[in-house]
Amino acid sequence: MGLYRVDVGVAEGRLPLRARAAVDAGRMVNLLSRGLRLGDGTTIGGVAALTVEPALLAQVAVGRSVVLVTGTNGKTTTTRMLTAALSSEQRVASNSSGANLPPSLVVALAADSSARAAVLEVDEGHVRAVSRAVAPTMILLLNLSRDQLDRTSEVRQVASDWRDMAAELSEGCLVVANADDPMTTWAASGAPRKLWVAVGQPWTLDTVLCPACNELLERTETDWWCTSCPLRRPAPDVALDGDRMVVADGTETPLDLLLPGRANRANAVVALAAARSLGITPEAALPRIDGLSSVSGRYQTVPVAGRRLRLLLAKNPAGWRETLDILDDSLGPVLIGVNARAADGRDTSWLWDVPFERLRGRQVLAVGDRRADLAVRLQHAGVAVTMVEDLVADLARLPSSVTTLDCALTYTAFQDMRRHAQR
Amino acid sequence: MRNGDSALMVVAVYPAVLGTYGDSGNATVLVARARQHGLTVDLRVIEPYAPVPASGDIYLLGGSDDAGQAGAVDALRQDGGLRRGVEGGAAVLAVCAGFQLLGRCFPAGSRTVSGLGLLDADSYRLPTRAVGELLTRPVTDLGVAELTGYENHASGTVLGPEAVPLATIEQGIGNGDGTDGARQGGITATYLHGPALARNISLADHLLEHVVGPLGALPSPPYAERLRTERVQAARAGADRPRGPVQELFEQLSRRTRRSLAGR
Repeated sequence: MGLYRVDVGVAEGRLPLRARAAVDAGRMVNLLSRGLRLGDGTTIGGVAALTVEPALLAQVAVGRSVVLVTGTNGKTTTTRMLTAALSSEQRVASNSSGANLPPSLVVALAADSSARAAVLEVDEGHVRAVSRAVAPTMILLLNLSRDQLDRTSEVRQVASDWRDMAAELSEGCLVVANADDPMTTWAASGAPRKLWVAVGQPWTLDTVLCPACNELLERTETDWWCTSCPLRRPAPDVALDGDRMVVADGTETPLDLLLPGRANRANAVVALAAARSLGITPEAALPRIDGLSSVSGRYQTVPVAGRRLRLLLAKNPAGWRETLDILDDSLGPVLIGVNARAADGRDTSWLWDVPFERLRGRQVLAVGDRRADLAVRLQHAGVAVTMVEDLVADLARLPSSVTTLDCALTYTAFQDMRRHAQR
Repeated sequence: MRNGDSALMVVAVYPAVLGTYGDSGNATVLVARARQHGLTVDLRVIEPYAPVPASGDIYLLGGSDDAGQAGAVDALRQDGGLRRGVEGGAAVLAVCAGFQLLGRCFPAGSRTVSGLGLLDADSYRLPTRAVGELLTRPVTDLGVAELTGYENHASGTVLGPEAVPLATIEQGIGNGDGTDGARQGGITATYLHGPALARNISLADHLLEHVVGPLGALPSPPYAERLRTERVQAARAGADRPRGPVQELFEQLSRRTRRSLAGR
């Protein structure tokens, strides 16, 4: 891997002196971090640069068309899909690795200063501040549900923050929001311009009560409405229907993704709808989206101890709901990894919100710092579990007929497993 | 049981609202433990806001956000089933928001809301939100030296003379005055998530014994002792108090440095 390289382009050339010094400082810290083999140098340099110039994020965004992608699940994949779609026409800066806090956004924008367009994945708790700094062209609100509550406290507080963000947007900014999620609908409804995409939200336990008025929501298979206030599912402009994208004018586009699962078809429809609003037709965008086979290592198959592990990210109850569907595609043992570091959320109680009962009859290998929490949960779900102390040895004990197994991991457990496979 | 039936009725109260922090797992663990003791169990999961049966033997209430808590207390007051059950001598495990709403009052958003008044307790806003591993020492004999869990709440609780704390604090905030939770009649209340019963099976036995009398000793569920030991040690080491991404990064770097120094 080479050194941290920055193309000195037009945008950087125009930066104020202090901002240029800040970018230089960040570059040096990243270089140092990589040179000492301490980190991958995508965040720490941004921290240094923002220390030198706190307004740097706004400055590196000046003159660019910026799309922000946020939500509990699907941020990285949707960002990647939209970046791929827009790249058919122009250079696009993006934080493609999934590092989504402001320092990483600075690094992503500074690293590609000649790109006039940017697609940035943003942490759901930071998106309002980022939106104020970069004055985005478009914001995608994918979904919102319980995740890392040690950090975010309450889902509704995040939704309320988004709602304030939507209300303060300029007339030019389009909000693309999931009409099937009452939380994103409520958050987006005050935005000046909206595009409603109906891409499903199978997880409903965070919106049993209306986010607006706290009374019960009613639901059918495809609709939802409040029993007390006017909040209800808006008529969608674009929808996911099975494996097709359907636009309100009746045009249909069949999806044929290499990426598995319903959630990825939902991500694809959001990306296609956003690209369409930016002037890229689904016909032009689709081949680039269909052809993605892995995103930041997700869905990639890696060899470990003579077996092939397909890596899936599963880090909260809503995400697990979709992951369990993907696991249904295969039989045999499954590997599940749970950590509870800062990026995972420190409280593992959410494991009890996942219907692991669906894995009955299959053997689960439990890995990660918090495999004991997982093992207790799985035992109560009636699932046979092995706590893995030595991954290579435990994989070797599996029958030789097991050549490939799915591997569902929390955020840092996922990174650990990728590193393990690269050794 | 209380209603003359042979089955133990466990009532999960509005888990879709009072279950934000994984507390629905308490029902799963309690039912499994009761069966392990040879009891027949009738689990009633009461969706919001269906009628709450007054003939339950054990009621389970969990945590929620402020809005859910305010909605739940209104519905429970109107319904009356939980009150009749508690007054009839049922056992209750109430966690976090569920604990607060059994008391006289609690803060929700910017206002103070009246609770059900079943517990001699008032809740008030803490200066900062209490988040992290919670390690306590039970005041009454539960057969264990520690209770372990994870707390995540913005309010603390002051107990009146009718209630006694469940435990004193070794690590964490709990009620905010060096104690955690409450006991009063059949009610056991706490700020422990985890869920509480998954990490502390003795609390499940304590609830069951309130209904059926003394139970014989049973081994812990598989892996539960290991989980307990791990969490107690982690809380003592202060390993799981919240840290920012920068601190986390430095820890990650030091882990990696140690690994490379150890020669891989």
